[in-house]
Amino acid sequence: MNIFSAFVKKEFFHIFRDRRTILILLVMPIVQIILFGFAISVEIQQIRVAFVVSASSPSKTSIQQLARKVDANEICSVTHWYSSVDAVDAAMKKGEIDVAFCFQEKEPHHLQVQMLIDAVNPTIATSESYYLEAIVTDFLRKQQLNTQKSSAVSLIQPSVQMLYNPQMLSAYNFVPGVMGLIFILICTLMTSISIVRETETGTMEILLVSPVRPIYMIFAKMVPYFVISCINLATILLLAYFLLHIPMTGSIISICLLSFLYIFLSLSLGLLISTVVKSQVAAMIGSIMGLMIPVTLLSGMIFPVENMPWALQRVTAIVPARWYISAMRKLMIEGVSITHVSTEIMVLVGMSVFVLLLAFKNFKNRL
Amino acid sequence: METVIEVQGLTKSFGSFKAVDHLNFKVAKGEIFGFLGANGAGKTTAMRMLCGLSKPTSGSARVAGYDVQLNPEKVKQNIGYMSQRFSLYDDLKVEENIRLFAGIYGIPRPLIKTQTEALLEKLHFTEERNTMVRALPLGWKQKLAFSVAVFHQPKVVFLDEPTGGVDPVTRRQFWELIYEAAAQGITVFVTTHYMDEAEYCDRLSMMVDGRIEALDSPQQLKEKMGVASMDEVFRLLARKAKRTE
Amino acid sequence: MDKMIVVEKITKHYEQVEALSNISLTINKGELFGLVGPDGAGKSTLFRILATLLLPDKGKAWINGVDVVKHYKKIRSSIGYMPGRFSLYQDLSVEENLNFYASVFGTTLEENYALIEDIYRYLLPFKERKAGKLSGGMKQKLALCCALIHAPSILFLDEPTTGVDPTSRQEFWETLSKLKEKGMTILVSTPYMDEAVLCDRIALMQEGQLMKVDTPQQIIDQFDKALWKVSAKNMYGLLKDMRLSPLVEQCYTFGQYLHFTFVQEELDALVAYLKQKGHQEIEIAPTAVTIEDCYLQLTDV
Repeated sequence: MNIFSAFVKKEFFHIFRDRRTILILLVMPIVQIILFGFAISVEIQQIRVAFVVSASSPSKTSIQQLARKVDANEICSVTHWYSSVDAVDAAMKKGEIDVAFCFQEKEPHHLQVQMLIDAVNPTIATSESYYLEAIVTDFLRKQQLNTQKSSAVSLIQPSVQMLYNPQMLSAYNFVPGVMGLIFILICTLMTSISIVRETETGTMEILLVSPVRPIYMIFAKMVPYFVISCINLATILLLAYFLLHIPMTGSIISICLLSFLYIFLSLSLGLLISTVVKSQVAAMIGSIMGLMIPVTLLSGMIFPVENMPWALQRVTAIVPARWYISAMRKLMIEGVSITHVSTEIMVLVGMSVFVLLLAFKNFKNRL
Repeated sequence: METVIEVQGLTKSFGSFKAVDHLNFKVAKGEIFGFLGANGAGKTTAMRMLCGLSKPTSGSARVAGYDVQLNPEKVKQNIGYMSQRFSLYDDLKVEENIRLFAGIYGIPRPLIKTQTEALLEKLHFTEERNTMVRALPLGWKQKLAFSVAVFHQPKVVFLDEPTGGVDPVTRRQFWELIYEAAAQGITVFVTTHYMDEAEYCDRLSMMVDGRIEALDSPQQLKEKMGVASMDEVFRLLARKAKRTE
Repeated sequence: MDKMIVVEKITKHYEQVEALSNISLTINKGELFGLVGPDGAGKSTLFRILATLLLPDKGKAWINGVDVVKHYKKIRSSIGYMPGRFSLYQDLSVEENLNFYASVFGTTLEENYALIEDIYRYLLPFKERKAGKLSGGMKQKLALCCALIHAPSILFLDEPTTGVDPTSRQEFWETLSKLKEKGMTILVSTPYMDEAVLCDRIALMQEGQLMKVDTPQQIIDQFDKALWKVSAKNMYGLLKDMRLSPLVEQCYTFGQYLHFTFVQEELDALVAYLKQKGHQEIEIAPTAVTIEDCYLQLTDV
């Protein structure tokens, strides 16, 4: 035990003496959460709407009612009124408005609405169109109910409701993704580099010639990075709750337990990489190419797994982050109990055991 | 005789610590000048200034006719440098290394090919031309590194502990290359920890605590101090050190 | 005398290169034994096999009667090993390095302080300093302390004095002879002949083979030729001309002289030849054989 604590102490010395690295490790999660939460958001923040109505329109009152309804919505605001459609183009190009409603009367009491949307960013444009369409349809339905009460025409209107993430906030999706990325970075990359460094500088040669059992050496390497990961886990959860206002409907204990499992798997992966590569550079490339890129591209963090071609979906099955992120989304946002993510847990446990066994098998007792 | 290195009051301070303290000496063309001193006496710092790699705090030095402070780029063009730590690219082949450095030192293209062949021939490396440098024994690497350092016929070549960890046979072969370079008029400025090598130098300077404590031919130094070997000369002088690292 | 290290017909290949070929060697308890040879002769490979870091392709070796392959764990707690390059944690201080290695071997700095005291007192003023910031001589003293901290019965030192100044080298070898007096068996490799003579016995190694194993004095006594020294004003010219002369068998630089042997001892003819070549201040005389001359003769420059 004395040997083990000496090792752990030494690892902490290494980490804390390298001020820049430790700073990056602790600050990076904060920066990433803030970036993904605010800067790189794909959700609609504000829709500025213009209304185009000819001055002589007889339906002016109902149009104004609609405008009030649109304006009442928290993310929409009616900012401009135009009498001709020609003004829309200029205003949109100047970036003053996002959407324009153009009203036209083909015949009395038959109002036609055309919605013009700035589609420079198609993702935002699509969301905007859905959003506004819903408002308008709702308005029209109520109008019809008022005017045609007697005729009792049953109108079937689809009512779309966004579940769990009513505003479709992308931060909800990114937080589990960022966690999946950060733990791989800290645990896998840093562990593998720190083990390979001992081989590179020759200290491994002395340690191998000592009676120390390699298992001590390896677990001692894991401890500090596990601690740092826990600090990061706490930071991320706090930021997610207080800054991004993610509801955290699930149990915090389940979230932590699942994260510990994933951290442990990442540490084992780091160990496995260190037994295969010979230099720190190779360890870094191995971790980045082999793990970080799949985490960003194949885990469902950015691109939904469901939309991938069949073959690629199969490939994502071996990316640990995919299982972790999927389980975290369920726990954090849907708020299900831990029993609902048992598949993910089983997969992660299986992967951990496999990776750890492989790493121990590969670990050399000699040079 | 033509003077190739001229140092006057050369000083380098790090805060209040004078790593190099008022050096004064001259080295003539074609001379083999040994630069001795214990670890931490200031040899490397002095050598860096002479190579134009670091600026003196005060004093001046002219190397190959150029002031190291005013014209460090000119100095670098006219010197060769070889250190124990960095010499060649391990992951390039022998021939590739030679061609690379020939290119770096601006040897005209048509000459590179013939001169590379000549060098491989001279070092008996023709069979190893396609060997990765990392696969060569240390002694071979050092011979090759030296040959590359003088490939462009510099006026001065600086050698920083060139023979660390090399056996007597290889060291002798290495020193014969040094003799040959000196005979061609290249001035050789060399640091070493091995006193038998110090004997091969024309003149020696001995640095203690950033200052030159003695400067003379090996023979004269031994006679002056009344001892039989350079080892004893070194120890007697090094004992004067007051600096603890 | 008790045998401490027994090496029997050991062979080791790296891909196509034969690093050690059929080596047999016995080292006695309490002996200071030197492995002398150039880089690539196989010294480090032999060290690593004995330190249980490499497996031999063929052959066997025992340390204190324990097989280095089968019972490597037992050996690992009884040997001290200092690898060829500086292998300590550069970002840990002198004291932290020592304490760490002490814990690794399940001991403490205080327990074996007497053994390392001699060396450690040089390091005491810098015990707070990071190992990476030490000078060459200090690094090597620290590495030796770390190798000694668990009071091993055998010490393996792979080229310990490379890059170290003469004063530190002398101190280092004084330390080794003190350790030897305390009964420790020491196996040290070096490319330097002035260090080789300080060993009880040496093995001259080249290209994976042992050319000679004996005491330095006996190796010197076996030198079978008369050795001469010569000097002149232009030493490099002299060397070239000496090598061209048919009278001279072998000639090489040696400090301020050249050492040479005759094919046939014709001193007057040689002097006449050199004068004819225009050499001035010729000084020529018989000289005592050193271990370096033996090495040069055996490896045949």
